Amino acid sequence: MATLAVTQLQLSHFRSHRRLSLELGGRPVAVYGPNGAGKTNLIEAVSLLSPGRGLRRASADELSRRPEALGWRIGATVTGPGGLHEIDTRAEAGRPRETRIDGKAMPQVALGRVVRMLWLVPSMDRLWIEGADGRRRFWDRMTMSFDPDHGEAVLAYEKAMRERNRLLKDMVRDPAWYGALEAQMADSGARIVAARQAALQRVMAAQEAAPTDFPISALSALSPEDDPADRSEDLADRLARGRARDMAAGRTLSGPHRADLGAVFTAKGVPAAQCSTGEQKALLISLILANARALAEDTGAAPVLLLDEVAAHLDEGRRAALFDELCALKAQTWMTGTGADLFTDLRDRAERLEVTERGGESVVTRHG
Amino acid sequence: MSEAPSDIEALIALMARLPGLGPRSARRAVLHLVKKRGQLLTPLAQAMARVGETARECLRCGNIGAADICEICRSEKRATGEICVVEDVADLWAMERGQAFRGRYHVLGGTLSALDAVGPEDLRIPQLIDRLAEENIREVILALNATVDGQTTAHYIAEQIEGTGIAVTSLAQGVPIGGELDYLDDGTIGAALRARKAF
Ligand SMILES: Nc1ncnc2c1ncn2[C@@H]1O[C@H](COP(=O)(O)OP(=O)(O)OP(=O)(O)O)[C@@H](O)[C@H]1O
Ligand SMILES: [Mg+2]
Ligand SMILES: [Zn+2]
Repeated sequence: MATLAVTQLQLSHFRSHRRLSLELGGRPVAVYGPNGAGKTNLIEAVSLLSPGRGLRRASADELSRRPEALGWRIGATVTGPGGLHEIDTRAEAGRPRETRIDGKAMPQVALGRVVRMLWLVPSMDRLWIEGADGRRRFWDRMTMSFDPDHGEAVLAYEKAMRERNRLLKDMVRDPAWYGALEAQMADSGARIVAARQAALQRVMAAQEAAPTDFPISALSALSPEDDPADRSEDLADRLARGRARDMAAGRTLSGPHRADLGAVFTAKGVPAAQCSTGEQKALLISLILANARALAEDTGAAPVLLLDEVAAHLDEGRRAALFDELCALKAQTWMTGTGADLFTDLRDRAERLEVTERGGESVVTRHG
Repeated sequence: MSEAPSDIEALIALMARLPGLGPRSARRAVLHLVKKRGQLLTPLAQAMARVGETARECLRCGNIGAADICEICRSEKRATGEICVVEDVADLWAMERGQAFRGRYHVLGGTLSALDAVGPEDLRIPQLIDRLAEENIREVILALNATVDGQTTAHYIAEQIEGTGIAVTSLAQGVPIGGELDYLDDGTIGAALRARKAF
């Protein structure tokens, strides 16, 4: 199996990193060092090699190293089944992020075709108990990993919906204008529903095909509507019929933007939200691993994985099982943790990067 | 950093408002102009003054030319019964460079966008509808960008024309999403035009 990996990474004025240049193989990357050293910042930079605002959902300006605030740049070489690609993504102060792939200016969504990537960060510990937004984002990232065009469909849908919501708020009553926007929401909406559903099926099948030490969950699409529409014509029809109701509410009340992801811990028959903190985390890891396995089968290489502080929350047995699974997948997994000892089980199967803070900037030292 | 004299600073500030120029490149451009006053700055200023005097939008199609009705609208050869609808004059010029289209144009001057407060009455859509009968149009070719706003506008116009018996087509896709007509090379425009399909 081939490996998809970031083989070169250069950071300039990115958060606490003033200047960094790394060369890597395809092995897992263990990133360790004290609190506040700049570990999460490093993998956040990697997360920006995929479309969107990265694993902290930060704005371009927040990423600029302070106090200089001059803007930032990430350069990377990515090697995978699709060959070698050079990515340059940056933002000047006060400007939106710009992306070049192999020297050509590209829209951000194009990154999804070059780098498939999944991540798990501590804030997702509450994914199953908090609002549907987080779960929908998690689901969409999963979906985008299988179908890079999904990102475009979501952007188009949201843009058309924002336009429609403005018409609703401004009490505009031009049926042709609504019709034009709804046609596009229906078209991208149907693609969104289909791609999300396909991703669910794919991940569930992969969970069952290869049992791991992590618990299996049954995933399902949830919706505030009794029978959510999935065909383009039905979506368009529902939007058209809902105009008066939506105008009273000042926003669009039906459609795939209201969808939610449900998970049930299969062994116990209990919804994820009612599981223990550790169990919920294990469920997420299980989903990420299943997703990665499915992708490895479909595309010939596992995605790049970013697991922030994942090792600390697992007992030793599970941690070893996770490492074994990641190595078997040949996934370039970036993992962070405060101590090097968390990664001793990986031995020489991983690259080790120690991050420390010196004089207000992060310093990355490589240990084998 | 010491500033340039205020007249020059004012010129830099104006130049920085041009698309593709930022404060730094504007400063560099102005410095270059000032150094080459004789060969560049003065002729440029004169050319700009002339264009400022004569440039106007064609009353019929919105193209920019030097007369009330542009050359394309005046030419009988271009009364082919086909009209190509574009967002911007830059798109019209891109189509003309491709030399693939022999009919006439209609420049909307933007796209529908509720968020930017651009409604149908702010675009030249009513004028387009009037032209259809006046100029015996048989086919309306929508050459709008593959952005959400571009396609919303396309749907809106198609809806206005529905039931008149006039064919509505759009350029073949393959135009990258968010990729604008103005950036396409001439050959691609011709291919997209030949492979146009019913909208
Ligand atoms: N834009 C910025 N410019 C400069 N420093 C920043 C910027 N954004 C964040 N930092 C600093 O970077 C430091 C390291 O943050 P990071 O989250 O990477 O730490 P960490 O190594 O992951 O620590 P922990 O083990 O606590 O998770 C923080 O002290 C933070 O204040
Ligand atoms: Mg951290
Ligand atoms: Zn004209």
